[in-house]
Amino acid sequence: MISKRDNRVLRQGANTVAVVLALLTVFPLYWMVLSALKPKGEITSAHPRPWTFAPTLENFRNALGVSGFGRYFLNSLAVAVVVVVVSAAIAFLAAVALSRFKFRFRTTILIMFLVAQMVPVEALTIPLFFLVRDIGSVAPGFGLSSLGSLMLVNLAFSLPFAVWMLRGFVAAVPESLEEAARIDGASRFTILWRILFPLVAPGLAATSVFSFITAWNDFVFAKTLILDTDHQTLPAALMVFFKPDENDWGGIMAASTLMTVPVLVFFVLVQRHMVSGLGGAVKD
Amino acid sequence: MPATTVTARADQGDSPVRPAGGAPAGARRRTGPLARIPVPLWLLLPAALVLIPLFGYPLYQLGLLSVLKFGQPQASGGVPTEFVGLSNYTDVLGDEQFWTVLGQTLAFAAFCVLTTLAVGATCAVLLTRVGKWPRLMLMFGALGAWAAPAMTGSTVWMFLLDTNSGLVNEVLGTQGHNWMYDKWSAFAMVAVVVVWHSFPFVMITLYAGIQAIPDSVLEAARLDGAGTVTIFRRIMLPMLRPLLVIVVIQSVIWDFKVFTQIYVMTGGGGIAGQNLVLNVYAYQKAFVAENYSLGAAIGVLMTLILLGVTAIYIRSLRRSGEEL
Repeated sequence: MISKRDNRVLRQGANTVAVVLALLTVFPLYWMVLSALKPKGEITSAHPRPWTFAPTLENFRNALGVSGFGRYFLNSLAVAVVVVVVSAAIAFLAAVALSRFKFRFRTTILIMFLVAQMVPVEALTIPLFFLVRDIGSVAPGFGLSSLGSLMLVNLAFSLPFAVWMLRGFVAAVPESLEEAARIDGASRFTILWRILFPLVAPGLAATSVFSFITAWNDFVFAKTLILDTDHQTLPAALMVFFKPDENDWGGIMAASTLMTVPVLVFFVLVQRHMVSGLGGAVKD
Repeated sequence: MPATTVTARADQGDSPVRPAGGAPAGARRRTGPLARIPVPLWLLLPAALVLIPLFGYPLYQLGLLSVLKFGQPQASGGVPTEFVGLSNYTDVLGDEQFWTVLGQTLAFAAFCVLTTLAVGATCAVLLTRVGKWPRLMLMFGALGAWAAPAMTGSTVWMFLLDTNSGLVNEVLGTQGHNWMYDKWSAFAMVAVVVVWHSFPFVMITLYAGIQAIPDSVLEAARLDGAGTVTIFRRIMLPMLRPLLVIVVIQSVIWDFKVFTQIYVMTGGGGIAGQNLVLNVYAYQKAFVAENYSLGAAIGVLMTLILLGVTAIYIRSLRRSGEEL
């Protein structure tokens, strides 16, 4: 039998290990922000120190001003916001169809949504490059080097997971509420918009994180489809800081910080819904 | 489940799962051809309008490209495309480099999956044993790593591992050592970043799963004289099985498709392509060597492998009694 004292020692040990792991996990992020705030001399020093006594915003000013990161940031934001909003609306309707109705091919469609998540989307850059090039000759707003093309492509690749995840949230809403509304004479649209939508809103928030991340983090499509620098988004634009001889680490860390902050904020805001949402999405 | 399907089929699937006695009033008020389309299809229409042209069609095109001769001359429209059957596939499968890349993709993915699961599961169990503050700290640290984009994760770790001004070399006293020079060292460093990004998902999912096991079940087992090991093997593992299947398969799929970290950290596949994985290999063949059809063939082969994994996933979902 484990004595009370041993038990306390075990618990202390577990606590220590957990704290050390937490610090190790968060350290790269700390290092990123710290390096972004360090003056130039300290970054290229051969003896880096985990602190700085002379924090400066110079790296951020350089990234935003000289390297045009402000522009890329806005491009990324535009793509991500459009993808999040449109994908949430479309996924909501599809999720209602798949969890509230029984119809032919329902299981087939569900499996297709599941399979779509497995497709290596990087391989699809090849046909998509030519598809977008051809679209561009008809509608330049969605052709190569347009933000529109990135919006469409990221929308398509965030939808399958969004539908799959949202389905769990819709299924969790008791049907009696809709039934009651129907008896009271509410139309289908009213039931969708006034009853289901508000109840599924937390799930939509959680789903949005994943759509946001898909669009915000996308590197391969931005690299392939955007050929002029003006319309580049953050991940691909970050590559301009890499130079064969000497990398501007201060600039890279400032740009990386700018790119990470929005995702972190989004995560912290909805993290409570996210975990339960994943459970709902996978366990149903 | 079969009973509801039968009733739903009887009225052409137009009514909700459990109709409150007959078809709802007003459901068939409108007439005309549009009214005959069932409601769920209307709701699925926007998704179909996005996914068919932007997902389904490119997928078909990928397959089509892989049986054509399609290089730069064909892409710019100067030369007509030519059907070449399976010759792209025989080219790929006859290339020794493909088998090397396939082998290291599988090894790299397997290593990442096992490490991610080991770290994630250990942390999940640890979370159940610690006090409130250490738990919150680990949760938030993990959330940060999870949220960090693959791109910035790669850049930060590259800086940490930098030959001249990296912290790792400073701490280990190995100034001037290039971690990305040796093939296996470079793969290991990328794996560290991949695991750092993906263990939080495993940890948080499994922790939620462990928390969901009712105390009464564990209590009953303990009263029956079960020890910690027995409780873990006979109660917790079987109850966590569905979640374990999900995290394993998700990890396999993610780690098999790693692109950004490899591409960025090894500069597009490492020295002389020593760190290529299938995804990056297909991309380089298509957009650098400008042999689009060869890249497409590799993409198709990759998709087939992942479909195999998905089939196992769906089967195990069904076997564990999930309703799709």
